[in-house]
Amino acid sequence: MKLTSFIKIATLSVILIFLISGTVYCQDHNEHKTAETHSKDTHKSSKDDAFDITSMIMHHISDSHEFHVYGKNEDHFPKALTVPLPIILWTKNGLVTFMSSEFHHNDDGTQIIEKKGLKFAKFHNKIYQVDNGVISLDEKHHPTNSKPLDFSITKNVFVLFLSVLLLLLGFGAAGRSYKKTGISAPKGIAKFLEPLVLFIRDEIAIPNIGEKHYRKYIPLLLTIFFFVWLNNIFGLIPFFPFAANVSGNIAFTLTLAVIVFIVVNLSGNKNYWKHIFWMPGVPVPMKIFLAPIEVIGMIVKPVSLMIRLFANITAGHIIVLSLIGLIFVLKTVWVAPVSVAFTLFISVIEILVTAIQAYIFTMLTSLYIGAAIEEEH
Amino acid sequence: MTGIAALGAGLAAIGAGIGIGKIGGSAMDAIARQPEMQSKIQSSAIILAALVEAVALFAVVVSFLYKA
Repeated sequence: MKLTSFIKIATLSVILIFLISGTVYCQDHNEHKTAETHSKDTHKSSKDDAFDITSMIMHHISDSHEFHVYGKNEDHFPKALTVPLPIILWTKNGLVTFMSSEFHHNDDGTQIIEKKGLKFAKFHNKIYQVDNGVISLDEKHHPTNSKPLDFSITKNVFVLFLSVLLLLLGFGAAGRSYKKTGISAPKGIAKFLEPLVLFIRDEIAIPNIGEKHYRKYIPLLLTIFFFVWLNNIFGLIPFFPFAANVSGNIAFTLTLAVIVFIVVNLSGNKNYWKHIFWMPGVPVPMKIFLAPIEVIGMIVKPVSLMIRLFANITAGHIIVLSLIGLIFVLKTVWVAPVSVAFTLFISVIEILVTAIQAYIFTMLTSLYIGAAIEEEH
Repeated sequence: MTGIAALGAGLAAIGAGIGIGKIGGSAMDAIARQPEMQSKIQSSAIILAALVEAVALFAVVVSFLYKA
């Protein structure tokens, strides 16, 4: 009985892999055609014609002003679909807003938009102010034009809002169901959330922070866990309205790490600060020697939190993109089944990593808080 | 010169491999001796593996910075 179901699943996945590689083959074909037209249009050297895997990967893991769902940039719906997002700029003439579709997918600064007497152009997903109508580049190929303050709803911001909304709806519904049923068996979404919340409380908060103080920090730990987890999962879903690399964005992890830094240092007691600036139980020269090291350690802890989450998620995305990119680098269809199978394998590991990284982030946060509020012994 | 960045990332991967191997080996030993502690040992082994892995990923980030 078990064996037959296993065989069924195995056959299904093999069929699935070949189906997916079929679509990849179609994409390969398209890619080839675009490369051809590209070379005809721009007369670029043959070196630029080759598939540039690094720029493809960087393009996919970085933020963007529009959702590119499928198809080529020059096609229109139903052959291609892009979802534009609003661009919000703060300039010297005040607030400027327009949709990113006005750029017509132009990303090399040649499409100029004029609003409120100012000219704007998009170059490598950043908006520049172009007064004389062109983007001027320095010798390192970086634009020298000034950038207006950019508050745009980019892909990452959009998905961030989406996850906040989903968390509010989910936990709001869970809270309401508890209000209705009282302390009894959970119903609806609360049935799913209760074990997770209890896990955070019983396995993370209480052992690391202690029975006495843990209640104060539970909201923070729950928020961190579910927010990081949800955004990690959204990073793995490859279609609209997800497909944004939110937790693989260093600004996102930096913000979380700064919050953790503030909370840890604000809740630090006398004992914590004494261990940083005047280490008890060692001779005076050693106390003076240890103080700067401890101060550095205080800052390094949140920095390591920041880099760990960022690097783990980004590395996962890069591996998946490299495996798919292998097909285009080797320029043969026959790699497709292998690389899609490996992608599937890595994706399954990544699902595990999403949960582990959220767990680690919460765990280390509670460890740091626990160390900061530890009583003298 | 980008080859050197790749070499550094590779060396970091060797280090992380040794680290995770030691964690996994010791966790297996511990579970074999005390099967009733399996869940606790497993969760701390996963945490330690993630901590070791993070160090290798620091190297990956540094090699990115090198390229940029």
